Amino acid sequence: MITVSDLDVVFGRGRRTIHAVQGVSFTVAPGETFGIVGESGSGKSTVLKAIAGLVQSTSTALEIGGRPASTRRSRQDRRLLQLVFQDPYASLHPRQTVDDILREPLVIHSIGDIDEKVKSAIADVGLLSMHRFRYPHQLSGGQRQRVAIARAFILRPPVLLLDEPTSALDVSVQAEILNLLSKLRKSYSLTSILVSHDLAVVAHLCDRIAIMRLGKLIEIVHAEDLRKGAVETEYARELIAASHGFTRASA
Amino acid sequence: MTAPLLTVEDLNVTYPGRSGVTRAVRNASFTLGRERLGIVGESGSGKSTTGRALLGLIQSPGVVSARKMRLGETDLQSCTEREWQKLRGRRMSMIMQDPKYSLNPVKTVGNQIGETCRLHLNSSRKEAEQRSLAMLEAVKIRDPEMVLQLYPHQLSGGMGQRVMIAMMLVAEPDVLIADEPTSALDVTVQNEVLRILDDLVRERGMGLMFISHNLTVVSSFCDRVLIMYGGKIVEECAARDLANASHPYSRALLAAAPSLDYRREELATVIRDPEWLK
Repeated sequence: MITVSDLDVVFGRGRRTIHAVQGVSFTVAPGETFGIVGESGSGKSTVLKAIAGLVQSTSTALEIGGRPASTRRSRQDRRLLQLVFQDPYASLHPRQTVDDILREPLVIHSIGDIDEKVKSAIADVGLLSMHRFRYPHQLSGGQRQRVAIARAFILRPPVLLLDEPTSALDVSVQAEILNLLSKLRKSYSLTSILVSHDLAVVAHLCDRIAIMRLGKLIEIVHAEDLRKGAVETEYARELIAASHGFTRASA
Repeated sequence: MTAPLLTVEDLNVTYPGRSGVTRAVRNASFTLGRERLGIVGESGSGKSTTGRALLGLIQSPGVVSARKMRLGETDLQSCTEREWQKLRGRRMSMIMQDPKYSLNPVKTVGNQIGETCRLHLNSSRKEAEQRSLAMLEAVKIRDPEMVLQLYPHQLSGGMGQRVMIAMMLVAEPDVLIADEPTSALDVTVQNEVLRILDDLVRERGMGLMFISHNLTVVSSFCDRVLIMYGGKIVEECAARDLANASHPYSRALLAAAPSLDYRREELATVIRDPEWLK
């Protein structure tokens, strides 16, 4: 469904450049949830933005749904994928109601039957019809993230890109959002890429997981191997050990 | 066991509002000895408010009341603002969550740490610099002389957090309140910061109140844990027994977290019971 080969992203120009993503390659099969983990600054979100066409990138091949994704995207290209961002407090327009927010993608893509679609999108993400005309500040963090997911999902894109969708939320709310994502994935055979710094979240939702460090993809492991600790690189081992909590052992 | 450093009985923090009084902390009672005490709960459960109340940082219109609130021999309830200023920094300090927002952006690291020394220890400029250097070394900053000259925006997240810890510890307080000190950091850096805190607690015999929403970190790092819900302490247990906590809310929180050890098909969601607050 998604093919990325030799992806490079460089920020800045002249002498002050940062090579944020260096030669990253992977493929994501239809219906798969692919995870990317790494520390801050490892380039994991940048990979996502490059796939979405939000940053300039170079690659030998970047294909989504069998179509080459160029830097200039047509409206048709853009319907193939949608993004969900980290912070639901920042990614929703504060002066638009939930109805306005969900309506906009449909209007942009001139899709009819707006009223029905908005209603079913609200129901799909487990919100109630009374939430439809509320403003973001009248919703809780979890409800806002549901709105962001509904907005991304209302165009029924075959690919959903999730950039730390639960990092700003409490564990209890995170559980609800993760359950919602796995439900949507099952009922609509969605392909998705999930970026997170939390190994437990990624292992919960994803089949295969890429570990990134300093702009490079260092390893791709299956979730089961990650749980068992059957990883090849030293860095991946460190990451797993650190995720298991505090250890006294001096480093 | 020696006398506790901090004794709190029936602490209440309330905020008056248009639709009645909001009770941010409800009848919280606990003691802190020379140990690592964890406080966990969701956002809005009153864990940070508890920490702030102990430092006298609740601002009007918030109201703090308690049956007893003592730091050693000092009664915190009768403190005047002047007395608070003597306590804060010298006897108790607080590490905030995000170094980006809690360090002064227009002062160098050296000036900020030095200020604490001069205020609380009456150090000379020279002595303050010596102490700052030694403290930065204690929090494992590689090139302390260089870091003293830097401004906060030139530091990485992990370094900023270490600078903040250095700043809070340079006056050698008895009690340290750490409000989500590692939430803004990567897991690998998080462990380094925890190790530094752990060393300092052991070596100096400080009491550490560790506020966090991360159950894995708290259960592996602390000695005792308080679980807060809606401003109330619903359960207290030894950190290593956190996995066997008995209160339905604690159990629900544990079940809601995805685990790296085994696969859960569906995560349990927390169903709240108004009875818990009674």
